[in-house]
Amino acid sequence: MSLTLPRKGLPQISAFIIVLLINFAVSPQFFDLRLQDGRLFGSLIDVFNRGAPVALLSLGMVLVVATRGIDLSVGAVMAISGALAATLADTQPLPVVLLAALGAGLLCGLWNGILVAVLRIQPIVATLILMVAGRGVAQLITEGRIVTFTSPGLAWFGGGSILGLPVPVVLTASVLAVAALVVRGSALGLLIEATGANARASALAGIETRMTTIAVYVWSGFCASLAGIVAAADILGADANNAGLWLELDAILAVVIAGSSLLGGRFSLALAVLGALIIQAMNTGILLAGFRPEFNLVVKAVVVLVVLLAQSPRLSGLGVLLARRSA
Amino acid sequence: MRRLSSMTTLLAATMLAGGLNAASAAELTVGFSQIGSESGWRAAETSVSKSEAKKRNITLKIADAQQKQENQIKAIRSFVAQGVDAIFLAPVVASGWDSVLKEAKEAKIPVILLDRDIDPAGKELYLTAVTSDSVHEGEVAGKWLAKTVGSKPCNVVELQGTVGASVATNRKKGFDTAIASASNIKVVRSQTGDFTRAKGKEVMESFIKAEGGGKSICAVYAHNDDMMVGAIQAMKEAGLKPGKDVLTVSIDAVPDIFKAIAAGEANATVELTPDMAGPAFEALTAYKSKGTVPPKWIQTESKLYTAADNPQKVYDSKKGLGY
Amino acid sequence: MSLPPTMSLSPTDAVPPIDAAPLLAVRGLSKSFAGFPALAGIDVTLRHGEIHALLGENGAGKSTFIKAVTGVIARDAGTVALEGAEIAPRSAQEALQAGIATVYQEVSLLPNLSVAQNLFLGRQPMRFGLVREGEMRRRAAALLRDFDLDIDVGAPLGDYSVAVQHLVAIARAVDMSARILILDEPTASLDAHEVEILFRVMRGLAGRGLGILFVTHFLDQVYAISDRITVLRNGRLVGERETAALPRMELIRMMLGRELSEATSEHPAKDAAETAPEAGGAIRFEGFGKAGYVAPFDLALASGEVVGLAGLLGSGRTETARLLFGAEAADSGRLTIDGRSVRLASPRDAIAQGFGYCPEERKTEGIVAELTVRENIVLAVQARRGALHPLSRREQDEIARRFITMLDIRPPDPERPIGLLSGGNQQKALLARWLATQPRLLILDEPTRGIDVGAHAEIIRLIRQLCTEGLTLVVISSELEEIVSYADRVVVMRDRRQIATLEGEAVNVTAILQAIAADAAPLAA
Repeated sequence: MSLTLPRKGLPQISAFIIVLLINFAVSPQFFDLRLQDGRLFGSLIDVFNRGAPVALLSLGMVLVVATRGIDLSVGAVMAISGALAATLADTQPLPVVLLAALGAGLLCGLWNGILVAVLRIQPIVATLILMVAGRGVAQLITEGRIVTFTSPGLAWFGGGSILGLPVPVVLTASVLAVAALVVRGSALGLLIEATGANARASALAGIETRMTTIAVYVWSGFCASLAGIVAAADILGADANNAGLWLELDAILAVVIAGSSLLGGRFSLALAVLGALIIQAMNTGILLAGFRPEFNLVVKAVVVLVVLLAQSPRLSGLGVLLARRSA
Repeated sequence: MRRLSSMTTLLAATMLAGGLNAASAAELTVGFSQIGSESGWRAAETSVSKSEAKKRNITLKIADAQQKQENQIKAIRSFVAQGVDAIFLAPVVASGWDSVLKEAKEAKIPVILLDRDIDPAGKELYLTAVTSDSVHEGEVAGKWLAKTVGSKPCNVVELQGTVGASVATNRKKGFDTAIASASNIKVVRSQTGDFTRAKGKEVMESFIKAEGGGKSICAVYAHNDDMMVGAIQAMKEAGLKPGKDVLTVSIDAVPDIFKAIAAGEANATVELTPDMAGPAFEALTAYKSKGTVPPKWIQTESKLYTAADNPQKVYDSKKGLGY
Repeated sequence: MSLPPTMSLSPTDAVPPIDAAPLLAVRGLSKSFAGFPALAGIDVTLRHGEIHALLGENGAGKSTFIKAVTGVIARDAGTVALEGAEIAPRSAQEALQAGIATVYQEVSLLPNLSVAQNLFLGRQPMRFGLVREGEMRRRAAALLRDFDLDIDVGAPLGDYSVAVQHLVAIARAVDMSARILILDEPTASLDAHEVEILFRVMRGLAGRGLGILFVTHFLDQVYAISDRITVLRNGRLVGERETAALPRMELIRMMLGRELSEATSEHPAKDAAETAPEAGGAIRFEGFGKAGYVAPFDLALASGEVVGLAGLLGSGRTETARLLFGAEAADSGRLTIDGRSVRLASPRDAIAQGFGYCPEERKTEGIVAELTVRENIVLAVQARRGALHPLSRREQDEIARRFITMLDIRPPDPERPIGLLSGGNQQKALLARWLATQPRLLILDEPTRGIDVGAHAEIIRLIRQLCTEGLTLVVISSELEEIVSYADRVVVMRDRRQIATLEGEAVNVTAILQAIAADAAPLAA
């Protein structure tokens, strides 16, 4: 039997479709769409729109995980960039606001990358530093309160629309497209996968493993700051205490659902986004279903377990065995 | 180090102040062990305490515990050592206060709890507790809604606080009690919005879809104003007119909700007053000057605000409090 | 060399019981991995009170032997008898219960627990369900006194030197009523004094009748302590000898030499014109070295030349290769290429100069198992071009297909993950990775290790072919006949320094063996 990947993505795509169908079953208007103020409106759109921040985070996280790393700081970086954007929004021109927020994300990523690649601190520890400290920085920026703004330019990143699609959706799709183009169009994808799968062999083959590692953390910081801008634009304010809180775990989960190994190596950008959408589709489904909120986490855990089991090579081996026996 | 030196400065300043004011016997010095500044409301409580003290010519020393009980215990010991006239305590947890409060009692320094209570076992160790009643807050919200809709049928959606938080449980309980007698009012959907704007908005979006574009929703009840601010955005984006098509009532009375009320996008909020120190000072001065022993629990007022209460003015006055 | 002070325990005084049945008798032990034999019919006899050295180069099968005897891996065939009774442990734990304890080079105890806790882990003295800490410490101290080890048994094990940790591990093993002690490279990280302490303990234990199987690659230590020697090579038994009756030269021949036969042993008559080295050598390493790693050496390499690096395990062959490739940065000396001085601080620097390196550790440092054969082959070319100048998929396919055909990589499927290929085909793909960069110098560290016979011959054929095409090669191999068959020059190493260079007629197995075995005295001067 060949170990190549004709079935790649199949568990994720089927999981997404199944979750959507379940949502349809609990909420018959799930697929209804209409135009509201020139913007598509419906639960399906909510899945994509609400899933955008985590999808952005997972686009960053998936490359970090591919190098056998992990970035716990993305939630805190979201809070920092959101706080910067919201505090500057009403006094500075939009390009300055965006540059400041994205710049902060790039800097945070650079910091993580240097800790991991140059100082050789374990990724989980290195990024934990910023996970804790970063939220504090965000709170300092907002002075502990929710900073609101009225700048329509920044608000557009949350509430605007392009061709009827919410801006966060278009933004995520564009980042996915650009990232896929850059990573797969250049040799970066191969070098990242080689670095993650076998760093020593890669270094001996002449790959700049250190620069590669720094680059993926910078990229992750960039994606997190974009997510932070979207989250702030969504509520027209920066809530340093809660923005991006625990979202790093959702992003890691999305990447794992996408079939990436936390031990590095092969990755798929598109499946990482799909992983984020599966998580969001579940969240939306739970909200629509009208369960008591006490069940939210349990339902979520069960669905995630099923998706992960569906990918388990051992279980699929068992499936083959059972199929043979019954045949 | 920094804290130590600021403490010494504070100490020197109060000693100086004490020396200067030794003549007027009515002067009081109160030590306040504050939890921290984890939320806007907490910051407002601190700043209101300061202004209430100033109003009464009371010297107030505030120690920020940064969410740690050990810091609060240290602060209380240092207040006892300085021989303050009374200690205010906003306890970060409910238990573990026995020994330090006994020390205060032995030093004959009355302790007043602010905002939160401690375990009943410690009842003898403090003079009184000034807190709001979160069940009552829910009731006030529910009663307003019952009165406003009258006998018309009304489907309510509820945005709960964090699952398991006592405030969330109590505010739900109070609201449910208040609308229990009004059979025309039904809570059709209830989900947690984690007390945050972002989640409030997301949950409201799904409520709107689940309830046929929101047409069947008559009112939204949110356990705090932040979730309501998010929900208002969700309604506006869905083409609904919050405050007109859909009634809103929430709790806390943070400044931003008054902006919404002033704009006609929200209807009512129930105040969780940041002024816990005011009633505490009243009770303290009565106790000190006339020996009046206050009741064990002083419940703060859960005031209802609507468009009739000049929301713009309230917003302006609250804005500077640190929310 | 000074003798250890305490000799009273010496086994020479103790008379082992007459061996009706030997303590341990291993017969016909065999083990294959994926069809490739790692052990083929090995017999080893360990007597009561004997220190028995198990020798062989990397890949000879020593570790596999230990694991198969102790049940860490299942054996395919053969028997293991303990005092005549056959045993078949299924895990190290079961082997320990049978009386066979193994102490590995990497101490497998828990550094954060106390010495006493480590000694009694899993068998703590208990009373009423509680560990009797005091009793445990008393017994630990008493036990270690037997080993002349007077240390605070309450302190964490990690506070002590590696030597002490080894002794504690041995004490634990012995105290668990072990009758056979297997020590896998116990001296690799010890200094001379610590080795002495360890040897004293070993002699003492042998004196009590324990049998000790001792794996090492330090020949001096073998002669200092062992009674008998068993030599393995390529998974086969070369022989079992009394140490006292085995000259050092003969031992090295057993370890490195093959029966001289077949065509490979002949030094090929090379065309003088083909191999004439360019005057002065194009690539010159001068005074190249790194303190504590490899002593400074000179090496001049002409194009089309094949230089063999010979020496025993641990002599500094691989270390030299890593220095040549910049994988380890030299702290002295310089490199000139065609008269230009060149910086060599990283593999990237080396690759920029047209160097390539196939490391000995093929799985951990060579292949990227998860990636396809195609991706593995283009990896070095792509790394040199940089991420922003990708090879198109068509170029990649073209390169992969060319080398798969040229080197006969099987199966000829460029999209197969390389981890699924056999060792020989992985090695060919690694060669392809470097050949694709059109290198001028290729450094091959044990290119034929762990490779089946067919692929072995092919790789040697390839090496010969490459040097006729003007490529310079530095080849490390434990197979001396192999080196002799293609090398123009052989550099012999010992104790991390170059001790001899053989050229022309002098390149033959005997000369190399003599150079390796030669007394170290002349060097001391």
